[in-house]
Formats: sequence, C-alpha cells, structure tokens
Amino acid sequence: MKSTWFTVGPLVDIPRLGAKVVRLYGTPVAIFRTQSDEVFALEDHCPHKRGPLSQGIVHDHKVSCPLHGWVIELDKGTAMAPDEGCTPSYPVRVTDGVIEIEVQHLDAMARAATA
Amino acid sequence: MIRPRLIVIGNGMAGMRTVEELLKLKPDLYDITVFGDEPYPNYNRIMLSPVLAKEQTIPDIILNDENWYAENGITLYKGVRVERIERTKREVITQDGRAFPYDRVLISTGSRAFIPPLPGADLPGVVGFRSIADVDAMLAVCREGGHAVVIGGGLLGLEAAAGLVSHGMIVTVLHRNGNVMDRQLDGAAGRILEKTLEDRGISIRLNAHTASLHGTDRVEAVRLKDGTELPADLVVMAAGIRPNIDVALNSRIYCENGIVVDDTLQTYDPKIYAVGECVQHRKSTYGLVAPLFEQAKVCANHLAEYGIAKYTGSMTSTKLKVTGVDVFSAGEIQAKPHHEEMVLADAARGVYKKLILNNNMVEGAVMVGDTMDGAWYFQLMRDKTDVTALRDHLLFGQAHVGDSGHGAKARVANLPDAAEICGCNGVCKGDIVKAIKEQKLFTLDEVRAHTKASASCGSCTGLVEDLLASTLGGDYSAAPSVKPLCGCTDATHDEVRVGIIRHELKTIRAVFDQFSWKTEDGCAKCRPALNYYLLCAWPDSYQDDAQSRFINERVHANIQKDGTYSVIPRIWGGVTSPSELKAIAEVAERYAIPTVKFTGGQRLDLLGVKKEQLPHVWRDLSAAGFVSGHGYGKALRTVKTCVGKEWCRFGTQDSTALGIRLEKLTWGSWMPHKFKIAVSGCPRNCAEATVKDLGVVCVDSGFELHVGGNAGIKVRVTDFLCKVSTEDEVVEYTQAFIQMYREEAHYLDRTAPWIERVGLPYIQRRLIEDPAGRKELAERFIFSQQFSQFDPWVERAEGKDAHEFAEPLVLA
Repeated sequence: MKSTWFTVGPLVDIPRLGAKVVRLYGTPVAIFRTQSDEVFALEDHCPHKRGPLSQGIVHDHKVSCPLHGWVIELDKGTAMAPDEGCTPSYPVRVTDGVIEIEVQHLDAMARAATA
Repeated sequence: MIRPRLIVIGNGMAGMRTVEELLKLKPDLYDITVFGDEPYPNYNRIMLSPVLAKEQTIPDIILNDENWYAENGITLYKGVRVERIERTKREVITQDGRAFPYDRVLISTGSRAFIPPLPGADLPGVVGFRSIADVDAMLAVCREGGHAVVIGGGLLGLEAAAGLVSHGMIVTVLHRNGNVMDRQLDGAAGRILEKTLEDRGISIRLNAHTASLHGTDRVEAVRLKDGTELPADLVVMAAGIRPNIDVALNSRIYCENGIVVDDTLQTYDPKIYAVGECVQHRKSTYGLVAPLFEQAKVCANHLAEYGIAKYTGSMTSTKLKVTGVDVFSAGEIQAKPHHEEMVLADAARGVYKKLILNNNMVEGAVMVGDTMDGAWYFQLMRDKTDVTALRDHLLFGQAHVGDSGHGAKARVANLPDAAEICGCNGVCKGDIVKAIKEQKLFTLDEVRAHTKASASCGSCTGLVEDLLASTLGGDYSAAPSVKPLCGCTDATHDEVRVGIIRHELKTIRAVFDQFSWKTEDGCAKCRPALNYYLLCAWPDSYQDDAQSRFINERVHANIQKDGTYSVIPRIWGGVTSPSELKAIAEVAERYAIPTVKFTGGQRLDLLGVKKEQLPHVWRDLSAAGFVSGHGYGKALRTVKTCVGKEWCRFGTQDSTALGIRLEKLTWGSWMPHKFKIAVSGCPRNCAEATVKDLGVVCVDSGFELHVGGNAGIKVRVTDFLCKVSTEDEVVEYTQAFIQMYREEAHYLDRTAPWIERVGLPYIQRRLIEDPAGRKELAERFIFSQQFSQFDPWVERAEGKDAHEFAEPLVLA
C-alpha cells in the first residue's frame, strides 16, 4: 500500500511533555513530545468520550485525558487497565529536528469518507 | 543474567501481596520461588466465611491462579512445607529434605488456630477455621446435620457459628468470658449482639469453660467444667490464633510471640524479611488484612532496594459482618479514668454506640446495630481530629445521606442490587459487589479503578466504603491513614510539603529526586500538586511549569465536553454596568459564541469558544476593562454579595463594597482547590455566605466570619470562626485564613474536608488566639499576591504561549 510522509514541523515547537494538533483529511491528530524527545502521534480522541488527548498531561509514555482522566499509552493508543479501548496511532519520525508523520493512503481515504 | 534469588515461605495473602507490590516496583529484580503448604494457589482467607455459608465457592476466592505465577516467572511449590532455613549455607530446607539456595528470604507463614490442650482435642471432627481444608471438613459434617459446638465467641467463632446455623446445624457457642467479642465490645454492646445471635438460633453460653472432648472414632460430646455435657458432631476451635513461627524458630531467628521485625520488616537476620500474621512489630501482632497490606507495601519497597519506606504500626478496626448483624469496634473499648464516654443506646432498634474521648479526640468506638458511621469515627481517630465543634451531633453520625445524588440511601446493605450508588457514572450496587468479589478488590482505590464508582465527584465514597465493608466482612478496614500523594511515590502530601521547605527544593524534578519518585515524569495527579506546592512555597522565585498544569489552568479557560472552552470574565462583587454588559454582548456576537449563561456566582459565562479564538476574545474583553475570573482554576473564584445597606432596607453594612474590596485583594491567588467567598449584608444572608469557603455575615455591631462551607457534593454549613468589628479586621482574617489554607491543606482538598480533618479548634488557635501568627500569615499572603495579580488573559492576548492557541496545521 502506498504511504506518504508529511512534515509536521520542528520538534522544538512542541514543549517537552506537551503536544500539538495537526489535521489529516479532516481528522485531528495529536503529536506528543516526551521528556526525552521521543515523538508519538495519536488520533486526538480518547476512546472513552472522544476527549482531546492533545490537551492532557503527558507523563512517561502516557497521556491522561483532560475530560475524565483515562490514561492512554502513547505508542499503541491503548487505554491503561482497567479501562479498555484504543485510539488509532500513526507512525512518526524525527529527521534533522523535523517531525514527519506517515499516512497510509487507503486508510486516509477511508477516514476522509467517514469523517 | 543470573538474578538474585528470593524465596517466599508461605503462599498466603501477606506474602503474595508483598510479591505483587515488588513486581510493580522491580518486576525483573529477583528470581522468585514460593512455597505453600496448602494444595492451592493464593486465596482470600477472609472469604472463608462466605464459602462456609455457601455464598461463594473456592474458585471465587482464588486471588492469583497458577497462570499468574507462570506469567510472572514465579516458581510455585504447592503442598510443600519448609522445615528450616540453613542460614550459614543460605539454603532453605524443605520437609522432604531438598535444599534451595537463596539471596533473600521472605517469611509469610501466617497463623493457625489455637487449639487449647484439652483431652480429646485431637479427635476427628475437631477443626479450626483458618483454611479451605477446615471449611471442607465443616461442610462435610453439615451435610449430615446435627450438633456443632464452637469454642470461642470472638469474631471468627461467631462467623463460623452463623455459617453453620445457615446449614441447619444446631449450634452452641462456648465463650469463657462474660460477653462475646470481649476484646472488641463492652458488656452492653455484647449483650445486644448476643440477643441478636440468639434470635437467629445460635445458643450462647457465657463463662463456659471446656473441660474435655469425648468420642470413640470421632468427637461426640463436649464436657464443661461445671459438668454439663453437650452433644457435638463437630467442634470448631476458635479460641484465638497463634503466629506460625516454627520455621523461624527452627532457623534460630529471634521470635517472641511472633517473628520480631523492625520498621523495615527485616528480621534479626538482614537477609530475611517477614510479613503478615506471623510477625511481631513493636510488640504487636496483627490478624486483620489492612495492616498486612501496609506491611507488604513497605517490605516490597525494601526488597526492591529503594530503602525509604517505614512501617510504624497500624490502628485497626473490626467489623463483624454476619448478614443483618452489624458490629464495629476500634481503639479503646472501656473508658479509663482520663477518658470521657458518650453513649447512645436505643434498645428498641437494637442500636448501641459508644465513643471514648480523651482531650476532645476520639480514642475508641464501639457500635452495634448501626455501624454506618464506623468509618467516619475511625477516620477521626486516625487523624486525631479535635471534635469539640462536633460534640453535639457526634453520636448521630456524619449523615452521608445528605450528600447530593444519594437521597435517603441510608443502609447500603439493605439496598437492592439495582440501586444506583454512583450517580456520576451510573454504577449500581450489584456492579460494585460483583467487582469486589470477582476482581478480588480490597480498597476504595481499586473499586474506583475497576467500576468508576466514587471516581468522579466522590460523594458516594461513604457508600462504596460501606459496600466494601459489608462484602468483605470482618476484615475490611478503610484505606491506610498515611496515604501517599499518588501511585508514583510513598511520600505523603505533608511529607512532600515539609521536604520542599526543609531541603529548599525549587523544581518538580528536585522533588522527584529527593523522594525517589518511581516514575520518570510523575503523573497527572502528582505533577499539578507539586507545581502548586512549589508555587506556594516560593512565590517570588518558582517558575510555574505549564506542562504540569491541568489544561484549564494552562490555557486559562474551562474545557467543555466537545473540546471548546468557556470564558468567565471577573465581575467584581457581582456588580456590573451597562457598558460592561454591552461589551460582553458584543464579544458574544462578534465570535458567534453559542451560549451565554449566568453562573451561580453572579457572573456571565460565555460557552463554546474555540481554543484558537480565546486570545481574540480576551483581547476584546481586556479592552473593555475585564480580567480573568479564574472560573477554571484552583483559585479564588467569585465573591458573591447582596446589595447591602446601599439599597436594602434591612442592610446593616455595605456588603457590596466589602465584597469588592475582598475580591480585589484575593483575586489571582492559586490555592489547593477552588475558593468561594460571599458577603451578606444582614443575617437574612441573601448572598448564601454560610455555604462558602469563607462567608462574611454583616450585623449591626460588626461582621461574623464563617469558614469551611460547601454547597456542592456534600452540603456543609460553615463553622462560625469569630466576630470582628471593623472591615480591616475582616480583611486581615480573610488573608490569614486563605494563607493557612494555601500552606496546609492537601492539593484538591476544599476548605470543608480540610477543616474536618484538622478540626475547627486548631484553626481558631492559629487565627484567633495567636494575633502575631495571624499577622504573619496575612503578610505572607500579601507578599505572594505581588506575584500572582497579573491578568493571564491580557498576557495571552499579547502573545504569551502562542503555541497553545495556534490554528491546527492542515497537512492533508
């Protein structure tokens, strides 16, 4: 399947333990930066009540949703036990200080269609 | 890699809880081997009563099945008894002669029923009540029916008797003293309990001394010292428990009544730790589950080589739960000369409550028939709360039933399964009881995590604790008194606050290091708390950490369920003007703000503002003279006023102007939680000052100051603090009270629970009896206000934190 890497912007534009939001085919995607400068991308909706994860508090490899405190793992998008649920994640990489995100085309089309 | 070997002797609740806590801290540190002499995996011994009563089965009470051991790489030897530890060779020797080398040993051998040395005590049909095997033996006799004699009328004996009678056995309890449960109950309480049990068909003989047991192939009769002979197809020995210390004694480890351990749960051999019912700590042995869990946590901390936790002993409470018979006891049960006694006895309802007080602090509670408030009294005991202000209603209880969302749900045990307990998350009683049983939950936090009950507003906490108590029976005791700040640390709120000052910690990372935080970055609970504590301690130098602020405080607006925000400009004292109203109206129209609503605090709320609109909305509001209303923060919210003597024919003082003066002094201040003030111009109290954190009620001769009110989850009317005669005094007391709350309350405690914890007399001592101290508090408040009275909105309208409010980049 074809995929494209999109440029998000410089890593330093996101504060450590912070996030920023980009839009892909109408879907908000949260890009997180950890204390050790790792980067993760999740659809910006908590699996619980669709709260904006980008606005939550980031700690270790997790984010706490601002609406009801669910804790979501940044790498896979899964909710920490005993809560159950998962939010879609996207591959990201940092090249020369610039964050890039990978989007699968079919995937993107499907999402655009249902958005 | 070869890992150090940890051998655990004893596969019971204390040992496995320690292993669980250890796995949470350092999952890969040890190669773990567990020996248990019972042929089962780890099970919940406190649930043996429901198993005996056929309410539960053995699989229901298994805590960790064999998969758990396998998944965690633990080698389990079931049905293998350890003989001794060969300490010089560092080997554990089993009874069948095998040797297992170790680096560390954990002894958790528990306790056994004390079998008095009576003739015939070794006959078949004589059992204890400690294990699955005991219960199996009892159930086997129950199938045939007949007579059962229970020797010992303590907690365990009575639960056994109730279980046996439910199978149709004819049950007699023999108790050597003058009332049942005499270690937990006084005579009056004992008699009510005896009557209740007799009504259920259990005969009780007091002052009964067993002489011998008789029978040919198995037990047939019990003879008392007075010559009476009772038929018995089953004899249950419930005359107390004794720590199992054979392994320790065989290994020449120092023991008294139990294996002697220090505050780190270490025995006299530094390689060997011990936890649970087999240990003796500071002269005490424990037979309840809550202390064991506290020990497990501390012991795991040391096994994991953190080396910072200390176990300083537990205060325990007892709650007998035989269906429909409520008994609670904690602390002292008989008043000594220095004690006072408060008693409520309602024989017709079968209710008896006795509190023992010393120096206005609760030191003991005995309750029969109505034990709803047991957890509350226990809390007052552990917190050493001064109860002077509560004395007139102390015996009548805390009345959880006044909490909003729980009208008239008094006796949780009698509720149907479909009754909604948690109104926020829609959790029913049946869901909670099921989760406690099936998920093997022991604590409020566990119930919150698994069911969400009590996890939002917390108003049903009392009901959930009651459900834990009634489901777990005699062994539930409320959460430990020393609550860590969060799961990232063992340090408490108070320890952290003291440490910040003593070690001059100036950053969140410095706190993490000083207290050996277990996570890299903390969590969403501790980071905001630490950020606040540092800000409060070092108002002039601390660099606020935006990423440790909850979103509302980070962006100075209140997030709504759809991700938009609400904006509440400050309206001083609730007094506005046509031009201000026009400005708000214009902003609402200009940005097409969908909802404009009056708040409960005499202000206007603009709801549904998009995040990227916020700086523009703020710029326009600032231009009209508005500043942030902090309607989103743990901060001074609103000062509600009535019109006062300016207009009102009853007004005694200018309450509006005083309210505005107070708001101008206090706005912008960060606090442990939100803080509301009101000023009423006369005792008609139209500003509802007596349900605010601080309420001023004007009277002709001056000003009454009221504190600690709350009209939210739990309606709490303020306590009267004092009366003053000038506005300047109102101001000084307000500043001092707020500063004391800022410096001493735990993060996320409103003033109401804070005052209930420390007691009103403490606040009065600090604010009224110590004028110099009051002035110092007020001065510290004034000092810190220099650094907080900047309007966050105008700063952001001018470009601060621009990254927060940028339009999302559209990539595709």
